[in-house]
Amino acid sequence: MLRASLRQVSAALKEGRVAPTELCQRCLALIKSTKFLNAYITVAEETAMKQAEESDERYKRGQPLGILDGIPVAVKDNFNTAGIETTCASNMLKGYISPYNATVVQKLLDQGAVLLGKTNLDEFAMGSGSTDGVFGPVRNPWSYSKQYKEKSVPKSHSEESDWVITGGSSGGSAAAVSSFTCFAALGSDTGGSTRNPAAHCGVVGLKPTYGLISRHGLIPLVNSMDVPGILTRCVDDAAVLLGSLAGHDPKDSTTIQDDFEPFELPNLTDVSKLSIGIPKEYHAPGLSSEILALWSKAADLFKNAGAKVVEVSLPHTRYSIVCYHVLCTAEVASNMARFDGLEYGHRSDMKDSTESMYAATRREGFNDVVRGRILSGNYFLLKQNYEKYFVKAQKVRRLIANDFVKVFRSGVDILLTPTTLSDAAPYTEFIQEDNRTRSTQDDILTQAANMAGEQGQELNCFPLPSHFTCPVPLGLPAINVPTALSERGLPVGLQFIGRSFQEKQLLTVAKWFEKQVQFPMIQLEEVKRHDSGVFQHQKSASFS
Amino acid sequence: QKVSVEVLDHLEHLALVDFRDSEGVERLHKAIQFADQLHEVNTDGVEPMDSVLEDRCLYLREDDVTEGNCTKELLENAREKVEEYFVAPPGNIPLPKLEERETFLQGS
Repeated sequence: MLRASLRQVSAALKEGRVAPTELCQRCLALIKSTKFLNAYITVAEETAMKQAEESDERYKRGQPLGILDGIPVAVKDNFNTAGIETTCASNMLKGYISPYNATVVQKLLDQGAVLLGKTNLDEFAMGSGSTDGVFGPVRNPWSYSKQYKEKSVPKSHSEESDWVITGGSSGGSAAAVSSFTCFAALGSDTGGSTRNPAAHCGVVGLKPTYGLISRHGLIPLVNSMDVPGILTRCVDDAAVLLGSLAGHDPKDSTTIQDDFEPFELPNLTDVSKLSIGIPKEYHAPGLSSEILALWSKAADLFKNAGAKVVEVSLPHTRYSIVCYHVLCTAEVASNMARFDGLEYGHRSDMKDSTESMYAATRREGFNDVVRGRILSGNYFLLKQNYEKYFVKAQKVRRLIANDFVKVFRSGVDILLTPTTLSDAAPYTEFIQEDNRTRSTQDDILTQAANMAGEQGQELNCFPLPSHFTCPVPLGLPAINVPTALSERGLPVGLQFIGRSFQEKQLLTVAKWFEKQVQFPMIQLEEVKRHDSGVFQHQKSASFS
Repeated sequence: QKVSVEVLDHLEHLALVDFRDSEGVERLHKAIQFADQLHEVNTDGVEPMDSVLEDRCLYLREDDVTEGNCTKELLENAREKVEEYFVAPPGNIPLPKLEERETFLQGS
């Protein structure tokens, strides 16, 4: 039952086959037994059970609030949750109890969802491994899967050190959904932070169009690019979450005022009217041959089904990351200025002066990655550098955006690209690379995720094999769909990018693709023990 | 080319975070080097883009009070306060100059 989709379990709740409290208890028990994944920073056991009890009552009266009533969900720890600690995986906010709910959290609660807890991330969402937070790294559930263990060569050291990363920065949320401890989770996506871990953990990761979902209460990284991300087990579930969260919010002036109509996804059977674009520049150095082959196979899949598949060009792609790097650090320099210890968060004991207190507080509260970005950002914003770097990056941003406009104007409906350069790296490898190339790569790795805007493209054009994201500066919606298992038995996903606010079309195509590839379910011992097996959900055919 | 110690010091003052060690400074150098690739792009006549929603109008709402009166909640998270005030150490005291500060940059 824990392995069911959100819609399936919602139907079960409605039909009385299971009660919200039972569901909640099972999830909480599974969280306890999968603690080694380190996916959760805070588990809100008491409040979750209370929410589940209230949901029980509503179902008994035959008055559920909607499809999300009683559904256990998890939220990334950079969303404010009233009464629950919100840390952003940083010393700066350890012990900070939010006085309010982020709008998206409030929406989930208003519809009866059960908030199980806050998930782990890279500190302040800066990272692409979910390894850099103060609560330690998140482990990819697939490290413990039958599929991975079968393929891995037994090493001299124990299984303990063979585990792979989740990707990031929403690694905790991705791991939570992937290990069945919740039916949906919220992440955030600035440079690919939802899609990257989704790809590595074999789950669906949706980054909606910038302006569709409220950022009120999401602790900001880059105001012009951040988007709340949705992580679920299947595309239909993502559509359900989107329907519950999208829409204008008077508390966030960057949300558009247009009415949003929630939708159900049709079962597409005829793709002959579809035009899929394959951006050639996304075939970048460092892209694994496995993923390249999968990408090609996917293109053929569409072609053989009758769709028009064309190669397109986004000539400024290789500058995506650079552009992101400058714009991101600049906005970060500004956004991180609020952390001074005065009104909330960590405060240093230094008392000599306001400035020295601020400096000491920030010295004690931020890790290397965060400090590095703040300093870089301030550099690019210096009077002597402003035109040369910041404004220049904004101009390049427009050029990149124009590339996309041109392609979409030429009749292409959806772009198909890889999501990551390769499958998930082992933790020991990832941190070595990181340390070696930290100065160069830190910002670059994470930037690669979301460049210039909300564009959902993540391709890392930086010649280092860990992370692959080419930001897209238009705020376009993008989704990772788990596609196949790699040679090592780990998930690989592909990314679809759509036109602004055309989520219905994007998700419809993604759903069709998901159906074609039949991505296998993860086989985890832990889950088998906790599951009643009410929904047998094994998919045998696979894409590879 | 390297960033001068004066600029590094200036950055520490502006950002109120420190470089901590040579690795921190190297990181900045690499970041600048990376960003320099932007100059390969010809942006003559191109307008900077600050928001993807630039084609839309920022809207105004009615000037009605819809929330507030939450002094108690807001003060809860502050470590030092007196009645309804946040308490800060004395202001208008600039950070000590480079020579007098305890900073890694001293050695440069």
